[in-house]
Amino acid sequence: MTEPLLDVRGVSKYFGGVHALEDVSMDLHAGEVVALAGDNGAGKSTLIKAISGVHKVDRGDILLEGKPVTYESPQQARDHGIETIYQDLALADNLSIGANIFLGREPKRKAFGFLPVLDRGLMADAAKETMRRLDFHVDRLSAPVSAFSGGQRQAVAIGRAIYWNAKILIMDEPTAALGVPEQRKVIALIKSLKEQGKGVIFISHNLGDIFAVADRIVVLRRGIKAGERKPDETTGDEIVRLMVGG
Amino acid sequence: MGPGVLSRIADLRAWIFLVLLLIFFETWANVAYGVTFIGNTYNLQSIGIFATAPLLLALGQTFVIISAGIDLSVGFTMGLAAVVSAHVANLGMSHFGLNPLLAMLLGLLSGIAVAFIPGLVNGWLIARLRVPPFIGTLGMYGIARGAAFLIAGGMTVPVSNEWFAYIGNGRIYGVPILVIIAVVVIFLMHYLLSQTKFGQHTYALGASRVAAVRSGINVGGLTMRIYLLAAVCAGLAGALYSARFTAGAAQAGEPLLLSSIAAVVIGGASLFGGSGTIAGTVAGALVIAVIEYGLVFINVEPFWQFIAVGVVIIISVLVDQSQRKLLGGRQDD
Repeated sequence: MTEPLLDVRGVSKYFGGVHALEDVSMDLHAGEVVALAGDNGAGKSTLIKAISGVHKVDRGDILLEGKPVTYESPQQARDHGIETIYQDLALADNLSIGANIFLGREPKRKAFGFLPVLDRGLMADAAKETMRRLDFHVDRLSAPVSAFSGGQRQAVAIGRAIYWNAKILIMDEPTAALGVPEQRKVIALIKSLKEQGKGVIFISHNLGDIFAVADRIVVLRRGIKAGERKPDETTGDEIVRLMVGG
Repeated sequence: MGPGVLSRIADLRAWIFLVLLLIFFETWANVAYGVTFIGNTYNLQSIGIFATAPLLLALGQTFVIISAGIDLSVGFTMGLAAVVSAHVANLGMSHFGLNPLLAMLLGLLSGIAVAFIPGLVNGWLIARLRVPPFIGTLGMYGIARGAAFLIAGGMTVPVSNEWFAYIGNGRIYGVPILVIIAVVVIFLMHYLLSQTKFGQHTYALGASRVAAVRSGINVGGLTMRIYLLAAVCAGLAGALYSARFTAGAAQAGEPLLLSSIAAVVIGGASLFGGSGTIAGTVAGALVIAVIEYGLVFINVEPFWQFIAVGVVIIISVLVDQSQRKLLGGRQDD
């Protein structure tokens, strides 16, 4: 078996006396989609925050492509190719797709041979190319992202991650705020990320989404890994039982 | 591309409004007095000079408002700068024996330099201590006001320096030097807002602080720079005020605070942040200047100015709101 992109080994995280995570292990391979399931407070968010550099773990190791890593900030995790897409997407609604992709890392060109200006052409081209890779075809490249639908905005947030060569994408409830057609589109998006060899971890409450796209399902309950199943070897009922216990 | 054209017209609404105002005053002047309003060079020069100070305040305020903040202290930062400019120019000649030109330069630069203090304190309060901009800059409004009056000794500070008078009242090929300076600053601010990371990040901060933070933007440093820029614009306005009137006055910018905010809003910026342009602000400042000057020109009692500007502010906000609805600023899903 090839080396996993991400290997979480026996990670624990405490907040005061609360055991948010207790000895949780999971791994993720390139081109694989792992769903994180669990009730509220099960530790899903804590786990993805540990992976994405928001929380430092108290015990256990996180290995990227076999090498143990520790990061001090989400920025360092991002430098390692781990991008997290939160439910609120964190897009600047008033800016174009390109400007959002490049936010904080804007490219420059020289106007009249000396004056540094934002390279909007390059940003628009990158936006078009990136959205095409995600099978979203947009022509209004100068329009603010507020003009686009929920699913398209999700694609922009994902596009921002993959443009910067993320290897691992962590998505927090990517379909929660969307209508049904848009949910399908996002599921298709996750499948296309998988085909591009990315590793995807996604949190979802929606068993339909989980079974539609996940290669493995990791279930957390009260900070402990309650089980790991493959979709074709389990049922929705079993996953729910693992989630709630009993 | 219907929406594209519509939104472009909406972006230009302050300019369209300006043209309508000019037509109105031109017609009135023609019909009532048989004279021309815009054909008169003196009128244009006066409007230009009249608009300079509120415009300079408004240019800095544009960045602040786009970042979803507000700076209430710019009026008295301007007063502080005016007083300091006048004092330093006088001291330069009387105590250090500088020639008038050097004393003038030192005076103007000191006025701009002193504005760094309120700018940095505002930025520090808002960026580091997370004081709401309205409160932090309201405090600075009082502090700058008191400091300006104390430094001025409660009086205006006259300057007798021919170079000061030249900068404030001179003309080059008929164009007032104040207007030339304002135009240079306009281009500089337009460049900053539309073509630099600083400008781009200001828009992003105004739309979503979370987005700015997650993109790795140093939001604290950005906020500091935005308030510093607003204060420096006010400092320049104050220094030029002391040149125009050859006197520094603590209350120089008092009536201009609201004009500066009004100019930004008339220019199409949203007080909720995230939108606004320098071109819009310029048009907004000109709209106010034309109303105020034009009403005097057609012999309307000056108090009508306040009412007219007030009505224009309300109309611009209403237009802005209906535009958002029309163009589907889609409060998404």
